Amino acid sequence: MFKYDVKLAFKSMRRNPIMTALMVAAIAVGIGVSMTTLTVYYMMSSNPIPEKSDELFAVTLDSWSPLRPFDDDNPERAPHQLTYHDAERLLSFAEAKRQVAMFESSLIIEPVKAEDLPFEAFARVTSTDFFAMFDVPFIHGSGWDKTTDAAAEPVVVLGKQLNEKLFGGENSVGNWLTMEGTRFRVAGVIDSWEPTPRFYDPINGAFQEINEMFIPLSLTRVLELSSVGSDWGWKSEEITSFEQWLNSEAVWIQYFIELETAGGRGEYVAHLNAYVNEQKKLGRFERPLNNNIYNVEEWMDYHEVVANDAKVLVGLSFLFLVVCLLSTIALTLTKFIGKKAETSLRRALGASRQTIFKQQIVEVAVIGFSGGLIGLALVTLGLQGIEYLYDSPEGMVRFDWVMVLTALGIAIVSSMIAGLYPAWRVCNIPPATQLKTQ
Amino acid sequence: MLQMTQIQKIYRTELIETHALRELSVTVQEGEFVALTGSSGSGKTTFLNIAGLLESFEQGTYLLDGEDVSHLSDNERSAYRNHKIGFIFQSFNLIPDLNLFENIDVPLRYRRFPRADRKQRIEHALETVGLASRMKHLPAQLSGGQQQRVAIARAIAGEPRLMLADEPTGNLDTTMAQQVLELLEEIHAAGTTIVIVTHDQGLASRAQRNIQLVDGKVLEEESPHTQEEIPQAVMLNGGEPLAAQL
Ligand SMILES: Nc1ncnc2c1ncn2[C@@H]1O[C@H](COP(=O)(O)OP(=O)(O)OP(=O)(O)O)[C@@H](O)[C@H]1O
Ligand SMILES: [Mg+2]
Repeated sequence: MFKYDVKLAFKSMRRNPIMTALMVAAIAVGIGVSMTTLTVYYMMSSNPIPEKSDELFAVTLDSWSPLRPFDDDNPERAPHQLTYHDAERLLSFAEAKRQVAMFESSLIIEPVKAEDLPFEAFARVTSTDFFAMFDVPFIHGSGWDKTTDAAAEPVVVLGKQLNEKLFGGENSVGNWLTMEGTRFRVAGVIDSWEPTPRFYDPINGAFQEINEMFIPLSLTRVLELSSVGSDWGWKSEEITSFEQWLNSEAVWIQYFIELETAGGRGEYVAHLNAYVNEQKKLGRFERPLNNNIYNVEEWMDYHEVVANDAKVLVGLSFLFLVVCLLSTIALTLTKFIGKKAETSLRRALGASRQTIFKQQIVEVAVIGFSGGLIGLALVTLGLQGIEYLYDSPEGMVRFDWVMVLTALGIAIVSSMIAGLYPAWRVCNIPPATQLKTQ
Repeated sequence: MLQMTQIQKIYRTELIETHALRELSVTVQEGEFVALTGSSGSGKTTFLNIAGLLESFEQGTYLLDGEDVSHLSDNERSAYRNHKIGFIFQSFNLIPDLNLFENIDVPLRYRRFPRADRKQRIEHALETVGLASRMKHLPAQLSGGQQQRVAIARAIAGEPRLMLADEPTGNLDTTMAQQVLELLEEIHAAGTTIVIVTHDQGLASRAQRNIQLVDGKVLEEESPHTQEEIPQAVMLNGGEPLAAQL
């Protein structure tokens, strides 16, 4: 019977092609718009590292000015980055299972082959635990160990793209690369790795492209690496040397820890407080104790990775879908008037109300499905448009099966809901009326 | 087969009440071929609609095939129509974008006959009405008489006990009407009870029994083939001698 209903649906759609096209178009546009915003929203609010999001924490210490809070709008918040020397101290305590301090820098890479030109590449300057902590996938080699870090050995882990650019995608582990006059040994090459949003550095852009290479944090001092990320300061300090900069109260280091369990949180904050209390004795940390750690989800909320605008936009776009569905209802009703004769005939020939109702619902579902398919094509265009507009890396907005099925599901279900009232009207057409002389 | 007693049907609109049937009592025996005549507005279609369970009625009792059908639910009425009754309408009522096969298939689908059974019934019905070769044609590709034969094929494919026809020849010229009538007689001969509504005295006279309605009531029952009706029939058929048609 279902197959018969589908067949009748196609017949009925063909009977009035313009009306059908309008209905399909209304649903397609509604689905296209709502699913585009929903996909962007879904991508923005997705969990970038679901296996670990409860054990990874961003660390904040309130080292800010005694006169005013770091963020006037959210006075309870400590600065979201650490000073270099605090980060260095926390690393040396190694109180958590894993800990990582990092910032973003950029270096000039000397050509490997004679015919190439030097170019600038971004580097995440970070400590040993980065790769294990964030489950970074390697193609070749590995990260560096603690001894390498401690000895400030110049090693580099290349991103997949950079390795392709420099070494044609070969296993380049053990090769040498000259950057800023220093020879770096390639320790590893990572696979494509794009946690979205980029949870470990939302401060410098949650939807930024992933860094192209990674070098040890200890090189900061040796190579006098500066951050290309943002830094904040409150204290007027005289800075004439790099060492003074590293020891200043400016905050520019992102600090993450991994705890054995989410439950270890209180203990770790206590550890932070103990450290800060000790620093207070030295005249630093003049504000009341306000040290906090945030798990990944909290950290994304903290930085409003999903902008409120995005939520409003999703709401609006679903309202728009409702408008499209309302016009579908209007069209369906108009169309069903033309079905009176056939319906009362079918009723006379023995179709029950339910049978007629089901047939109408199947018909709108088929229209909904068609609208959903075309809507998906519009979503693809929409997402490409957004990538283009926001200049985000390609493939950032992913087109996945969940989305396809959701779109089709929403299209079918919503058009069926839109078809309920018209179908109810149709199935109540009495069998006799049209059988009298026509 | 069909037994109505004291049936009353009133159509109500905001302005007026129309007593379409007033205490109508009609009995049709199993296997009968009955013609219903009467002037326009006398309640013939109303009677047929009630007999075919297409409409309800206010008062009286109606036994169809020995069973009281006054209190059936809408679904049960649909099933009864589907299983027991074949309809033939004046305006054929074929679905224009279904081919002949699919048109005849409509009531069989609702009866949930298996596919092979449906196919066999449709082919047989189309053979009976002499249109087996046009199975894939659309109704618009047929003449009026052929369309009405398809409608008959649709009505007989489910082998109904009772066949109801409202002016089955009303839209047809005499030759075509003749073919349709012959078909109905064939169906009747095969054992189906038939009730037809007609203005055509010639057609009525071929029935076993005539029932005349006047103002929602049975006027009188007359036996067919009475001599004095023939001239009247000639006139009703547009002046052609009845003998020439038969
Ligand atoms: N749906 C309706 N609403 C109101 N009045 C109706 C309705 N159907 C029929 N009637 C009235 O009931 C009466 C009987 O109508 P019916 O159609 O049964 O007559 P008929 O004998 O079939 O006439 P005709 O020969 O013209 O087809 C008429 O007065 C008609 O106006
Ligand atoms: Mg009538």
